Amino acid sequence: MARTLAMFTDTSLCIGCRACQVACKQWNELGMEVPEWTGTYQNHAHFTDQTFRLVRFIEEPKPTGDLAWLLMSDVCKHCAQAGCLEACPTGAIYRTQYGTVDINQDTCNGCRYCVSSCPFGVVAFNERTGTASKCTFCNDRIHNGLGPACAKACPTESIQFGFRDDLVKKAQQRVETLKGMGFKDAQLYGADSKGFLGGLNAFFLLLAKPGTYNLPESPKLPQRNVVVDSLLSIGSAVVIGLGALLAFRERGGGGGDA
Amino acid sequence: MTTNLIDVQNSDVIMATSNMAENHPVGFQWVMKAKERGAKLIHVDPRFTRTSSAADLHVPLRSGTNIVFFGGLIKYAIDNNLYFKDYVVHYTNASFLIDPEFKTATDGGGLFTGYDPAKKAYDQKSWKYQLDGEGNPKRDLTLRDPHSVFQLLRRHYSRYTVEMVERVCGIPKEKFVAAAKLFCENSGPEKTGSITYALNLTQHTNGVENIRALCMLQLVLGNIGRPGGGVVALRGHANVQGATDLAVLYQDLPGYHPVPLRDAHPDLKTYLEKTTPKTGFVVNRPKWVVSMLKAWYGDKATKDNDYGFDWIAKRASGDAYSHQHIFVDMYNGKLKGFFAIGQNPAVGGPNAKLAREAMQRLDWLVVQDIFLTETAEVWKAPGSSSRAAVSPKDVKTEVFFLPAAPAAEKDGTLTNTMRLIQWHEKAANPPGSVRSDAEHVYQIGLRLKTLYADSKAKRDQGILALTWDYGDQHPDILKVLVEMNGVALEELKDKAGKVLYKKGEPLKSFADLRDDGTTTSGIWIYTGATVWDAEGKVVNRTAGRKKADDKDYLAHGWGWAWPANRRIIYNRASADPHGKPWSEKKKFLWWDPEAPSNVPDKKGKWVGLDVPDFNAFLAPDAKGGDNPYIMRADGKGAFFGPLLDGPFPEHYEPVESPVKNLLSKTQINPTAKIWKVGDKKNELAAVGSAEYPYVITTYRLTEHHLSGVMSRYLPMLAELFESHFAEISHELAKELGIQNGEKVTVMTPRGKIHVKAMVTNRLKPFTIDGKKIHEIGVPWHWGYNGVAGLPGSKGDITNDLSATVGDPNVFIQETKAFLCNVKKGVV
Repeated sequence: MARTLAMFTDTSLCIGCRACQVACKQWNELGMEVPEWTGTYQNHAHFTDQTFRLVRFIEEPKPTGDLAWLLMSDVCKHCAQAGCLEACPTGAIYRTQYGTVDINQDTCNGCRYCVSSCPFGVVAFNERTGTASKCTFCNDRIHNGLGPACAKACPTESIQFGFRDDLVKKAQQRVETLKGMGFKDAQLYGADSKGFLGGLNAFFLLLAKPGTYNLPESPKLPQRNVVVDSLLSIGSAVVIGLGALLAFRERGGGGGDA
Repeated sequence: MTTNLIDVQNSDVIMATSNMAENHPVGFQWVMKAKERGAKLIHVDPRFTRTSSAADLHVPLRSGTNIVFFGGLIKYAIDNNLYFKDYVVHYTNASFLIDPEFKTATDGGGLFTGYDPAKKAYDQKSWKYQLDGEGNPKRDLTLRDPHSVFQLLRRHYSRYTVEMVERVCGIPKEKFVAAAKLFCENSGPEKTGSITYALNLTQHTNGVENIRALCMLQLVLGNIGRPGGGVVALRGHANVQGATDLAVLYQDLPGYHPVPLRDAHPDLKTYLEKTTPKTGFVVNRPKWVVSMLKAWYGDKATKDNDYGFDWIAKRASGDAYSHQHIFVDMYNGKLKGFFAIGQNPAVGGPNAKLAREAMQRLDWLVVQDIFLTETAEVWKAPGSSSRAAVSPKDVKTEVFFLPAAPAAEKDGTLTNTMRLIQWHEKAANPPGSVRSDAEHVYQIGLRLKTLYADSKAKRDQGILALTWDYGDQHPDILKVLVEMNGVALEELKDKAGKVLYKKGEPLKSFADLRDDGTTTSGIWIYTGATVWDAEGKVVNRTAGRKKADDKDYLAHGWGWAWPANRRIIYNRASADPHGKPWSEKKKFLWWDPEAPSNVPDKKGKWVGLDVPDFNAFLAPDAKGGDNPYIMRADGKGAFFGPLLDGPFPEHYEPVESPVKNLLSKTQINPTAKIWKVGDKKNELAAVGSAEYPYVITTYRLTEHHLSGVMSRYLPMLAELFESHFAEISHELAKELGIQNGEKVTVMTPRGKIHVKAMVTNRLKPFTIDGKKIHEIGVPWHWGYNGVAGLPGSKGDITNDLSATVGDPNVFIQETKAFLCNVKKGVV
């Protein structure tokens, strides 16, 4: 496997211009969607089968009374332990040689297990093609020596593309710099490959707690819950079964002459 | 722009007075770079925007009070001794003495000496320097003389106290002082600050004075001509700079020569005498103008016929043809035909309803654009909940549409905000019969020449004399660029007889232009953009793509910047009067006494990181060696600089204002242009109007472009906003019972629109002299055309709300601050 590629989205540099969102649509030939009123500049409200990059606009009053307008360009996280990939029964969702996660549209059977398996709500179902869709990490571009369209379009280098290990080092330095400048909540999200989901290949620098950006503090794969739930179910079944057996036994004891 | 966007990364502090992150996101990368290096960003804006989100300090100010803010900063810098005294003494006109008759607005109730109420104009006879026996301005380098510009400046801004800033602008005292400290303390020999502006300052009835106030603050702090300093003038869209350079404005010829006046300039000699100063670099105007006429008229331009001066269209001194003049004249039937090239005045200009009705009265209208704009369909404009439909039966105008190609479908140049001319190559052929703007214009010229071929009429001779040979049918744009650059018409030699240019060779510098008809140059400031290589092949320097590196951080090999590929103008000011850098940290250009001179056996030359903006061999102690502002006759930066509305910027309230002027009894700019238009088409709200109690400001969004022609027709961009909207504070929404997303009516005496309310914390009411004043914001991108299937791409026209009023110097409209009312629901 080649060296893992990654995208590092530094929200402290994001100016919310949405060039990434438009570049993504243009390169991937995604269609127009009639937007809904979100009450702010953000459109659309969620990832859809036609929106793979989404800039979030979060108005967050600071304790000082001043306002912070947190801007974040969100995208598929290309998790090292990817819920969508694990849930896929046909093998349509696969890991590329660069560590990114892509969906083979030809072998996707439209079962939607991946949609519910993504802890970030990234994967969407395309009703027209009957397949699941999400950010491809511009698979066609990275296999031809180009970076993803979103990173290419970003004017402030808020979205950076490169080898994961290099970017993580850079990101760690950036957090230290920002802390020195007074951003005490500056933190990385998904950079740690020993952390949740084995690390994200699209990781982030946040200026506030993940919850502020509507990101889970410690995302888990639904499959992991399945194991626990299954054990609990099995446990319950055993208890009920034993109870039943005991009951029969009592009954049996009562009718030993039958 | 005095500087270069790349250089903004060297600023220690940046004050964005415009919404740069949203409207100039690509240029904003350099602000972010500066921030990464530890620079501070201050954002001054009535609204909290995407620029504020990146800022260290957001300073909200009520729209229309910029001069109070800048005047307050100038006073703060002087009172607290934070100004750059050596710079002020040597490089500005602060030490010059003014006629004792002159009194500032502090002593005249908001008026300067010489106001004539009947003419609504100033007699400027006392607005001048005191001269010594030899005719040179008198100076007092101690700056103590009460008639010195510096003392007059202090007197003028004595009213602009911190308290006054709070009362008028609505900026809390602590916030203003924090901003003042941050900006002033990051300026000086060791540090520099830059200030950005755009339409936020220009679109006011004192637009030019707003910008002068900003420039004066930069002069006080010594922030011009130095790395990391400067006035970052951000143009409204790509190639506005190029359009102004090439005389899209009615008062200029290419290269900023004044348009000749038919009463005052009967011939070339008189024109040149009256428009050429005695000192400063503009003494060369005759060479530039004659070379321009030679470029236009070629062999037909001779010394005997004044090089064709008679063929140029001239105006009478009192005539003006600004955007607003044109539409008022059109409404009044004075104009019969109109050619709109890449412009959508049905949506984009002030009082757009008036503009549409004016166009519906034309005999003919030609629209040349990339989509069928609202202007192209002004004869059948559909109605909306706020606006009646136009019936084609009622419109007699004959409308022609010429489909035009966007930038990606043609070769050519764009001159951007930092005077940088960048060549771009066609990426695809335009579809069908679509042509580039240049080709449309070229074809019209060819056809006019055919049409007038046999004409003996005097008015047609200019068209017939015009050099118009850029290709058979399709113009070769490189030929146009070479004509703009200029060539030697014969072999040119220097005084010693050495050959400087071969016949036909493009000129390398405007210093080589001549006034004897041996050189051409369509626009002198572009001379040097194209040169010959050793084989005599044209090298297009605007197509250069050498990136910045350690040796050349300003990337002189990327494109070509006018003038002379200079990236920071007035750069003499980057060194002290003796030619030494002000500090090691801000080293840029300096005098090297050991470097070889251009004169044999002499030494001394200016060296450094840019092309010197002056004679590179002029020693700092020579006469004029400390004059950085070469385009001014006195060579000094102007605190005292007569415009039509006064030599110092003075605060007046916008024409429509919720409050009385607290600075003086003069309420509005006494020289502002307020058009009287018939049929109640330009009614104005009274001061403190109860009917129209709220301030409204209009603006643009990153996702849309101007009147929407390049964004509302493109699904990927048009879908980014659900629909047209007005931004309203939670406080105002609560008072009016308005929910986020609810339809509201915004109305002014000119018109009304129906939009959705975006209720937000990003706008807050102001406290103005103890009274709560609400301000709302409305973007102006929407019109009645758009993408099929995307209803929100169409919407009411914000400019139906704005008025036909203007600045006295350039007649720009006041669309950043006026009054409105807001009502819940569709009224």
